[in-house]
Amino acid sequence: MNLTGSKMKKLLLTGSFGLTLISILLGFLVGAIVLLIAGFNPLEAYWAIIKGVLSKPKYVSYVIIYATPLIITGLSVAFALRTGLFNIGAEGQFIVGAMAAAIAGYFIQLPILLHVPLCIFLAMSAGAVWGGIAGHIKARFGVHEVISTIMLNWIALYLSNWSLTLQMFGKQGTGKSHMIQETARIDLFGQWKITEAGIEFIRSHKVLGDILKSPVNLGIIFALLFAFLMWYILNKTTLGYELRAVGFNPDAAEYGGINVKKSIITSMSIAGSLAGAAGALQVMGVSHKIAKLAIMEGYGFDGIAVALIGNNTGPGSVFAGLLFGALKYGGAKIQDAVGAPTEVINIVVGTIILFIAMPKLIQVIFKSRKG
Amino acid sequence: MAAIDFSHIAVEMSGITKKFGDFVANEEINLTVHRGEVHALLGENGAGKTTLMNVLYGLLKPSTGTIKINGKSLNIFDPNIAIKNGIGMVHQHFMLVESFSVTENIVLGNESTKSFGILDTERAEEEVVHLSEQYGLTVDAKALIQDLSVGSQQRVEILKTLYRGANILILDEPTAVLTPQEIRELVAIISNLTKAGKSIIIITHKLNEIKQMADFCTIIRRGRHVDTVKVSEVTEEELAAKMVGREVSFKVAKEKQNPGEKILDIRELYVEDSRGVMVVNGLNLQLHKGEILGIAGVDGNGQTQLIETLTGLRKAKSGRIEVLGKNITNLSPGKIINKHKVSHIPEDRQKRGLVFEFDIAENMILESYFKPAFSKRFTLLRQNIYKNAATLIEKFDIRPQDATVQAKSLSGGNQQKMIIAREVSNEPELLVAAQPTRGLDVGAIEYVHQALVAQRNEGKAVLLVSFELDEVMNVSDRIAVIFEGKIVGVLDADDADEKEIGLLMAGGTA
Amino acid sequence: MELIIQDLGFIIGTTLMYSTPLIFTSLGGVITERSGVINIGLEGMMYFGAFAGAAVAYFSQNPWLGLLCAALGGAFWGLVHAIACVSFSAEQIVSGIALNFLGAGSALFISRLLFDGATQTLTVARKIPQPLDFLFGEGKMFPSSGFMDLVFNRFATVYLAFFLVFVVWFVLYKTKLGMRVRAVGENPEAANTLGINVTRIRYGAVIMSGFFAGLGGAAMSIAVVSRFSNTLISGHGFIALAAMIFGKWKPQGALVACLLFGAAKGFEIFLGSKGVPVAGDILAMLPYVLTLIILVGFVGKTTAPAAIGKIFDKGDHS
Repeated sequence: MNLTGSKMKKLLLTGSFGLTLISILLGFLVGAIVLLIAGFNPLEAYWAIIKGVLSKPKYVSYVIIYATPLIITGLSVAFALRTGLFNIGAEGQFIVGAMAAAIAGYFIQLPILLHVPLCIFLAMSAGAVWGGIAGHIKARFGVHEVISTIMLNWIALYLSNWSLTLQMFGKQGTGKSHMIQETARIDLFGQWKITEAGIEFIRSHKVLGDILKSPVNLGIIFALLFAFLMWYILNKTTLGYELRAVGFNPDAAEYGGINVKKSIITSMSIAGSLAGAAGALQVMGVSHKIAKLAIMEGYGFDGIAVALIGNNTGPGSVFAGLLFGALKYGGAKIQDAVGAPTEVINIVVGTIILFIAMPKLIQVIFKSRKG
Repeated sequence: MAAIDFSHIAVEMSGITKKFGDFVANEEINLTVHRGEVHALLGENGAGKTTLMNVLYGLLKPSTGTIKINGKSLNIFDPNIAIKNGIGMVHQHFMLVESFSVTENIVLGNESTKSFGILDTERAEEEVVHLSEQYGLTVDAKALIQDLSVGSQQRVEILKTLYRGANILILDEPTAVLTPQEIRELVAIISNLTKAGKSIIIITHKLNEIKQMADFCTIIRRGRHVDTVKVSEVTEEELAAKMVGREVSFKVAKEKQNPGEKILDIRELYVEDSRGVMVVNGLNLQLHKGEILGIAGVDGNGQTQLIETLTGLRKAKSGRIEVLGKNITNLSPGKIINKHKVSHIPEDRQKRGLVFEFDIAENMILESYFKPAFSKRFTLLRQNIYKNAATLIEKFDIRPQDATVQAKSLSGGNQQKMIIAREVSNEPELLVAAQPTRGLDVGAIEYVHQALVAQRNEGKAVLLVSFELDEVMNVSDRIAVIFEGKIVGVLDADDADEKEIGLLMAGGTA
Repeated sequence: MELIIQDLGFIIGTTLMYSTPLIFTSLGGVITERSGVINIGLEGMMYFGAFAGAAVAYFSQNPWLGLLCAALGGAFWGLVHAIACVSFSAEQIVSGIALNFLGAGSALFISRLLFDGATQTLTVARKIPQPLDFLFGEGKMFPSSGFMDLVFNRFATVYLAFFLVFVVWFVLYKTKLGMRVRAVGENPEAANTLGINVTRIRYGAVIMSGFFAGLGGAAMSIAVVSRFSNTLISGHGFIALAAMIFGKWKPQGALVACLLFGAAKGFEIFLGSKGVPVAGDILAMLPYVLTLIILVGFVGKTTAPAAIGKIFDKGDHS
């Protein structure tokens, strides 16, 4: 990656990267206007977010923890989009992944080095099946994946809730599952933190101790690994070549001898497995259980935003996931700091996506400025 | 002819020029049509006939020129103005709402209503029935468009224009999709219309139909007005000569060569198009090593579907295709390319031939990315891929000479060079080239022709499909003429005569 | 026997109640998609409508004003979607996603401003009335809590929803306007050649879809319940979208599908009240499974408006 100055400039002005950047700026601009109208100082509000995200090591740690599932569901949506498929089903794939991990984490007894990979593998398989169903239905019957995945999201939600009503798995009357085994957790120092030595360490070490106050876990490592894998698969392998060709131009892919239907199923399965992994890591690193879902938690839907802002690439999703995580975590603090509603964040994110959806508008803005 | 009222000029287009960027589609064209006259616009594909009619109908704005309708000067910048002045157009691709009834399609935009905008369906149906009886255009007013034959759909289109009070009807390639029986019906309908004082302009490149239907014929070639003739005073041969032109075309230099063993053998092939109409009707064709077989024919005679079937992109209804004695009928494109060594320069290079977002190097391996040269254990070998591209860029003189440039930023000619480079480097036994010079400039055309001849000289079999008769005649060793999904004649290129082929192409008998 | 009839009445009644918000929103979906514009932002528009309805009803103490403002609020976001999709050729699904963020985000934003930082409104004093209430009760035509009471003593929104199904059906299939909307959704090029203003029709249809989704939201927040909260809508917009597809893009079909989804909810609540929780989740899942099966088996892609999701760009680009 040695971009020369002129290449960089070209990328910024003509490529989708530039479009994204302009959209992000416009998103914050609209957010600022909304805050102004509501009678708040937008600079103060944005400063509160920045402070709420960066001023303590613990905050940074929380941002990463918030961002982890979003990065991975973002990767899931992005992966499918690169093959020309809209995976609105990351939500449901996340749920079945979480459920699979919670079941495997609770029922199976294994040493940690086997238990953790097994849980993740099973969760990814569950997600792959969930995504694969939508892919199959599209390839075979021509049903648009957006519709089938909306259905599959709800089926997943009720399936997960139903599993909690089972005697052996759900803790009766609580609407929650039993906690997963210690060997299935990916927390860092989870046990040690509550020992005396741990408490003493947290008290005496300023930076490390502060970070340990948050539920630090290995999730982000997996997220980065997945982002790398996605980049590698898409750009370096024959499979990725096939999927990208189908995504850009299915007619040309077919002409070149690529099996388009198979590619659709493969792509949706991989996307599903990623979202499934996100669900698993959330259970294994943060919640350690699943609970009855009255509504969708929104990890999958936020993943759509992450993918779109991240321009459907691995590194882009990491960046957008962290941005979104920071906005979610830091945004919650503007309520206390300046009294402005947290949800200005949703407005910012929505506006960013809206502008990303309309490259034509941004071109018009630029043209009119040039005269 | 009896119907023509020479004292009344319905359409007078003078000095019409239409430019698209640098491309001149129409240059100083004049056209005069009288009341009650059937006037044919004759020309090859891309000659500018449809452009001229789109100008008349207000779909395109002319760069210069004036239009008079019934003696009145008009600035037709919108179809609504054309409609108001009694001009109706039946497009080659019908503009019908498939799920609507015949009546609904006819009245759409001009609906008769009761109070509160409630549709008066009964009255509308009565009007449609009345109109269809008046001009002998039989249709079921209540039937849904999707259940109708193509011929009936065309009658609905004509009724649509009549319902809006059209006195001047433009029919764009009205017979392209009709069966012979339906064509006979259309002839009768047109005669009814002219008797009622309507003027009709028919865009076509089929000579026999002009003889059948038209009173006058204006011939357009490469955007220019060639001649306007009285149809009864010319022969089909004369029309063909005017359409094809007499310009000296550059002959492609090639040595005489004796064809070798049989490479391609197509027997009794039947193929349907996407709408389920049989467009390849029992086609037979053989092609040998070291020869170029050109398929001459006008657009829409089954060429596209023939090629798609040959390359695995469309399934045959029946029949057999063999390459080197092995059956390849209905195999997947991948098998046909790699196992049976068939390469394909596709008709639509934007839709099929290239992945625009891929760079040159990535496009070069579209059919071979999985081969050991370019991948090892599922991982792409980047160095080899870009080395391969650099070699091909050099050998085929592709500009810019940078393998990392996206395909979409190349010129049309260079895009075509990319495709040729890729297809040729696959070492095919059979090279299928569909419209390989469409939209290219003279230099690029020459390049493509030479590349095809070079393949032939190397002992490959080349199947060339083109709508440009010049091209087929210059490049081919043998010429097969396709008409309505069948090969209606095979000629040796050396003895072939332009007029003879033109006649076969138009469904005449040589 | 009487108990069974009463149970039946209870199930039908809850079915009607829970179907109503879906019916409104689903009708909105029918209108926009019939004109060829996909709107998966219905969820966000419904969300905003639910808030606007409850907030206005709370402050004005007038549920009807709340209902109207909910519809107008939804229509506003419909306008945004129309600008993006019709005027700026936006990717319709992406724009819809954006609207889900914007609709929900703006609702909660304003809620926090008006209700002291809370993501829910206060309880409205007057809900949408039950217009037939005078028929039921002691000494009236029908006894309270009887079958008739349970089924027919419903909020006005229930009757309005059924009425609007008829209206939308009538407009789409019996009027000039409806025919043009359908023509634009099937073949905008053809409509354009006949002098129909595709842009204007699509703007109208997309704005109306927001209007209906807003009604759907209010039917939830000031009829089914009596306040807006941040978890109130949670996916109903998407269910309405599914119901519309299940109903093959027809108002009457969407009605049937919404009743099916509502019935699943009705049974779920009924069984829950009888202490049979196990079947509840499976039952709730059923309509989605059914929709999926029907999509695979019967609908495919054929009955969708032919030009759906496609950008229409007219004109001479020379």
